[in-house]
Amino acid sequence: MEALIESIMRGLGQGSVYAMLGLGFVIVYKGTEVVNFAQPALMILGAFLVSWFTFDAGVPFFAALPLAMLAAALLGAAIERIALRPMVGQPVFSAAMVTVGVFFALLTVATRLIGTDIRRTGDPWGLDVLLIGDVRLFQVDIAKLVIGVLAFLVVGAYFKYSRSGLAIRATASDQETALAQGVKVGRMFGLSWALAGALGALAGAFIGAGGVGFEPISALVALKALPAIILGGLDSIKGALIGGLVIGVIESLSRTYQPGIAPWLGANFDQVVPYLVMLIVLMIRPYGLFGTPEIERV
Amino acid sequence: MTSRTATSTPASSPSTPTVPPTGSSAKTSSRLRRGRPELYTDYAADMAMFNTPAKRLWTGLLLVGLLILPFYLDRSWTSLFITVFIFAIGAIGLNLVSGYAGQVSLGHAFFIGLGAFTAAYFGGTDPNFLGLGLDMAIWLPMAGIVPAIVGWAVAPLASRVRGLYLAIVTLGLLFVGGHFFNEFTSLTGGPNLGRTAAPPVLFGVDFSSAGPLLGIEMTARQRIYFLTLVFVIVAAVLARNLTRSKVGRAFAAVRDRDIAAEVMGVPLARTKQSAFAISSFYAGICGGLISLTSGGRLDPINFAGAEGLFLSVTFLAMVLIGGPATISGSLMGAAFVVFLPRFVETVAHYVPAIGSSGLFSVQQLENILFGVFIVAFLILEPRGLFGLWLRVRNYWKAYPFSY
Repeated sequence: MEALIESIMRGLGQGSVYAMLGLGFVIVYKGTEVVNFAQPALMILGAFLVSWFTFDAGVPFFAALPLAMLAAALLGAAIERIALRPMVGQPVFSAAMVTVGVFFALLTVATRLIGTDIRRTGDPWGLDVLLIGDVRLFQVDIAKLVIGVLAFLVVGAYFKYSRSGLAIRATASDQETALAQGVKVGRMFGLSWALAGALGALAGAFIGAGGVGFEPISALVALKALPAIILGGLDSIKGALIGGLVIGVIESLSRTYQPGIAPWLGANFDQVVPYLVMLIVLMIRPYGLFGTPEIERV
Repeated sequence: MTSRTATSTPASSPSTPTVPPTGSSAKTSSRLRRGRPELYTDYAADMAMFNTPAKRLWTGLLLVGLLILPFYLDRSWTSLFITVFIFAIGAIGLNLVSGYAGQVSLGHAFFIGLGAFTAAYFGGTDPNFLGLGLDMAIWLPMAGIVPAIVGWAVAPLASRVRGLYLAIVTLGLLFVGGHFFNEFTSLTGGPNLGRTAAPPVLFGVDFSSAGPLLGIEMTARQRIYFLTLVFVIVAAVLARNLTRSKVGRAFAAVRDRDIAAEVMGVPLARTKQSAFAISSFYAGICGGLISLTSGGRLDPINFAGAEGLFLSVTFLAMVLIGGPATISGSLMGAAFVVFLPRFVETVAHYVPAIGSSGLFSVQQLENILFGVFIVAFLILEPRGLFGLWLRVRNYWKAYPFSY
């Protein structure tokens, strides 16, 4: 029983990281109709920035976090302006391939910056645990969940109540109409990317948290946000949160129980469980739990 | 121009511009066309593989060049050309599904890996792993057929979703398949260990050792060069023919507007399915041969997880840089991607910022350039290297006028 609760809590912690990344994917997808394959690179660069600010610049973790988010937001906006803006009006396939190219280039930059050692983000939680009865919960997982949910509330409120949030929603719903209403559509694209960058950095700060550290290849963890948003629905913010948490818990449970129940599935099977879930979801309900079913019009 | 046409046309046939009746000898049409390379007198001539004399000439020269090249190149360059040929086969496959049929696939590395290990199963002679030790005449076709069947089987899942969803599905396939490669150790040897691949013994002739080929004494590398050259030519001609056929036009229709294609009577699901199967066949052949570039060993890690994703992106880069929906573009793209590292290494000797102590290592600079080239080509010349060539050709075609 303790093992189950502990496993679920670890899953919720990891799942909130997927949810934050998924939110970045969803914002860009809703705003520009492009699946942003550069998100993993933004995340790993964000992780490096947090690490650099805390260890090399000596800034405390909680000050380094917003600084890194700001820097990653600027980077995101710059990518949009340089690489994605010229692709407006081109097929979304081409635009997505542009993000793949950006991913490749930025990941290499991150590899160069991070070097061969495992870096740490200098988070205050480390391997500390919270004991409730016999249940040992990692503090970092609780922090991930709290900050993850907080991030969703902030972003949700931003979209709902602020002027520019409304403008982003208008752009997402109909670009031409938004343009006719005086919304600067191009700037909204940039803003979407900036949000995605900031969320990437936030997730990056937690990818190496809890005493595990990160290396360049940790960027691929961010791709697990794709199963999360497929499950939740590619264009649903609520879906990103729930999808992320569900994927995180499923992954964690399979890590805890699969070696005992089904060892024939092989080591590290939990690493592919999210993708299997995604393939099943796509077979049964391609638009996810909260996504809008695609309506075809000729 | 008119005078040239007149002189080349015999006086006995005054009706030069009229279309000769169908079934007239090819001789007449070739005489008619002298100096007028774009005059086509029937549909077959227009759709011919080499529809202009210039194309025939340059393809012939390229072929002759490729045939004499290995006798003048050193070992490392011959190896690079072998890699180009093998990668080109995979690039053609990806171009068929992504360039022609418009279905983005990030799972190409999975099918390449599947081909590689299928080949190892049917042709492998290592007693420590599964292997039947059959001839290349059997294991190479099987390396294509098995991935094609798997591609055919997963395509219905893929064709349920469109566009970018498909990219995500194939990404999932890549990771799930990579897990399978890593865990099926009796076949694949396991990650970081690997196994020996099927030896390239075709009809009893071992191409991995020196010996005579068609009466000429050659090194092993030269023999493999010619073997892979033949394969790539066959693959390219077959693909080119496919794209000129009904199937190829169906691919293009699905890519350009899938609903409109369906309205016109193109069976959507089946077209996507066959595009996937054919592309997987090419990927499998590429995978079956890929061990020839890595010293006859296969390691599942190269087709799984991060490495697999990079391999898939590398093939996408070949298609996008070379030119989507062109076979010659796939060849150019493969050559570009394979030669780029060599080029960077050469340049690195003269630029102090590159190197182990500099800003970026050679390897890192290559990867960055990869990404930058993908982005730059998509933004500046979406038709890829093929498009650049078209620009040059059209400039000289209209010379001295600008268009």
